Amino acid sequence: MIEVRFFATLRSGRGKITEVSADEVSTAGDILRRFEIPEEEVHILLINGFHSRPEAAVKDGDIVSLFPPVGGG
Amino acid sequence: MSDAYYEKIARINLSTGEIKAEPLNLELAKKFIGGRGLGTKILYDEGVATVDPLSPENKLVFITGPMTGSNSPSSGRYMVVTKSPLTGMIACANSGGIWGAKLKFAGWDALIVEGVASDWSYLYIEDDRIEILDAREYVGVLSEKFDDLLKAKHGPECSVLNIGPAGEKQVLLSCVMNDKDRAAGRSGTGAVMGSKKLKAIVVKATRKQLDVIADVEALKEANRKCLEIMKANPLTGEGLRALGTASLVNVINGIGALPTRNWQESYCPTADQFSGETLAEKYLVKPGACYHCPIACGRVIKHDDKIVGGPEYEPLWAYGSDCGNDDLYTIDEANRLCNEYGLDAIGVPCTIAAAMELYQNGCIREEDCAGVPLEWGSKEALIEWTRRMGDPQTELDWLMSSGSARLCGHYGHPEFSMSVKKQEIPAYDARAIQGIGINYATANCGAAHVRGYTIAPEVVGIPVQLDRTVTDEKAVWAKTFQDLTAVIDSMGNCLFTSFALGAPEYTALLNAATGTDYTPEQVLEIGERIFNIERMFNKAAGMKPEDDRLPKRLLEEPISNGPSKGMVSQLPLTLPQYYEARGWVNAFPTDETLKRLGLDECVGK
Repeated sequence: MIEVRFFATLRSGRGKITEVSADEVSTAGDILRRFEIPEEEVHILLINGFHSRPEAAVKDGDIVSLFPPVGGG
Repeated sequence: MSDAYYEKIARINLSTGEIKAEPLNLELAKKFIGGRGLGTKILYDEGVATVDPLSPENKLVFITGPMTGSNSPSSGRYMVVTKSPLTGMIACANSGGIWGAKLKFAGWDALIVEGVASDWSYLYIEDDRIEILDAREYVGVLSEKFDDLLKAKHGPECSVLNIGPAGEKQVLLSCVMNDKDRAAGRSGTGAVMGSKKLKAIVVKATRKQLDVIADVEALKEANRKCLEIMKANPLTGEGLRALGTASLVNVINGIGALPTRNWQESYCPTADQFSGETLAEKYLVKPGACYHCPIACGRVIKHDDKIVGGPEYEPLWAYGSDCGNDDLYTIDEANRLCNEYGLDAIGVPCTIAAAMELYQNGCIREEDCAGVPLEWGSKEALIEWTRRMGDPQTELDWLMSSGSARLCGHYGHPEFSMSVKKQEIPAYDARAIQGIGINYATANCGAAHVRGYTIAPEVVGIPVQLDRTVTDEKAVWAKTFQDLTAVIDSMGNCLFTSFALGAPEYTALLNAATGTDYTPEQVLEIGERIFNIERMFNKAAGMKPEDDRLPKRLLEEPISNGPSKGMVSQLPLTLPQYYEARGWVNAFPTDETLKRLGLDECVGK
């Protein structure tokens, strides 16, 4: 399974955390489409804590974290 | 007068009671812009670098920039510049709210406060008139009540800057508060005010806007462009308003760079409990904004039955994972106490975290703790020790309130102090984010995130996404960010505007307001000049090359958990690259560099 974590406004209607079968998605972009999140709404995409892009491959056991624009000091 | 300065500085000697209006040296103002740059230059020239920071010889400069109070975006900033009693080096603490704008509206570019009053006093400024008034009845009064009392006395339209009980007692982690919950937070500026027996500065101004802009139409156009860019930017247009800086808790934890239990770990599994999301869900009333700010990153929260300023990312982290705590209500309360007592809401919780590690290792014993043991995550400890540090009584209270470097040094464990130049490091693990460590090590005011915020490119992806784990080009990024930040701090705009704006936009604002015709390259060179005069102040104050360092833990102890497990800071590699980019040798500018920057007065020093 792949763990998907939503943050900030992306939690709206999706909750905080869910799982996706690794058989059903091959890239992070597939996960975005699965949850109907337009790519431009995702400002930071982490796979296992490292910045990644939607075309990056995902595999069983990965943690994918999705953030809208956030930041500050 | 039509250059965004009122060309007037008040010099107030509290020892003699003399108050003089002096002309602003316009040549210097153009060379150092104002704010942080000009404030440091004034102190350097007046020989403040070598004085005892808590003696009458130290000077406190409250200084605006040319943009402070203007219609440019987020222009409510002013700076408190002095010699820091915490670091022994330059202090340049920046604050928002509306106090700075009001000082400017009253017609003053800056106040220079000297000497020490014979008893507790405060300054009352109403336009041209400045009086030294009796503050004895307000000693010990907490910030919020003090603000209410002074507004009741002088009128609701005045703005109040003050120290709390911590500053009165010259606590080294004390800050200067204004407008109840805004803070010139770092480097112990409150203690310097306390050493002068100066409780507050109240400002009332007839003027409601700046009327000395060089080219009103050009500024209007530059503002319009800036606002357009800021509105279109995902962070300044929407992100910061929605969740404030607190939104970073989950991001920084997500990459494994959220220091936990005094940096023994860097990932906190329960971080979401004190995140911006949870803050918004449980306590947020509305976003809060400083003067003329379209961003509104502030948090106005409901705390018990009161509406108060809520915690930023830094105290959320510092009172949260850094102290092994995940209870948000406790963080809100501790943060409120920092505001009330006038305490640095980074330095205080980080020092408590260091004390908790000392307790963990048996250096501080239960019997030393006067009934409140310094156990990881103890809610009672976070609240009570904050209160004690704000109004110290016992020897341990005093040690704690002097910051982690002095505390850990006392117990023979300096390695537990996560500080640089005796100032506590903010909330981003430099082992997991290589560029920010260069900034921590070299910031002239001691460890700071707001003197070269490379987190923007390294984590948030602004203006481009860099790989946080590599060192390539990070030295140059750090230098460029430091120089641009020096410009913004000196102009009087908020650093957060730089999530959207760059050197060309700041140059357009500055040129329109002050009538200069600088290029962006020249403006960045002014920033470099400012950073170098700060460094020369530090050199005169006794700074040594080894003060540009990071704690041993960041260099030798790999991160123990989370996504960044195994990483250490590569500062030994990047620091020489940084010095080369700056034209420095052994931590200080060469004479050639000083001459290139027009700092001939520093050559040979």
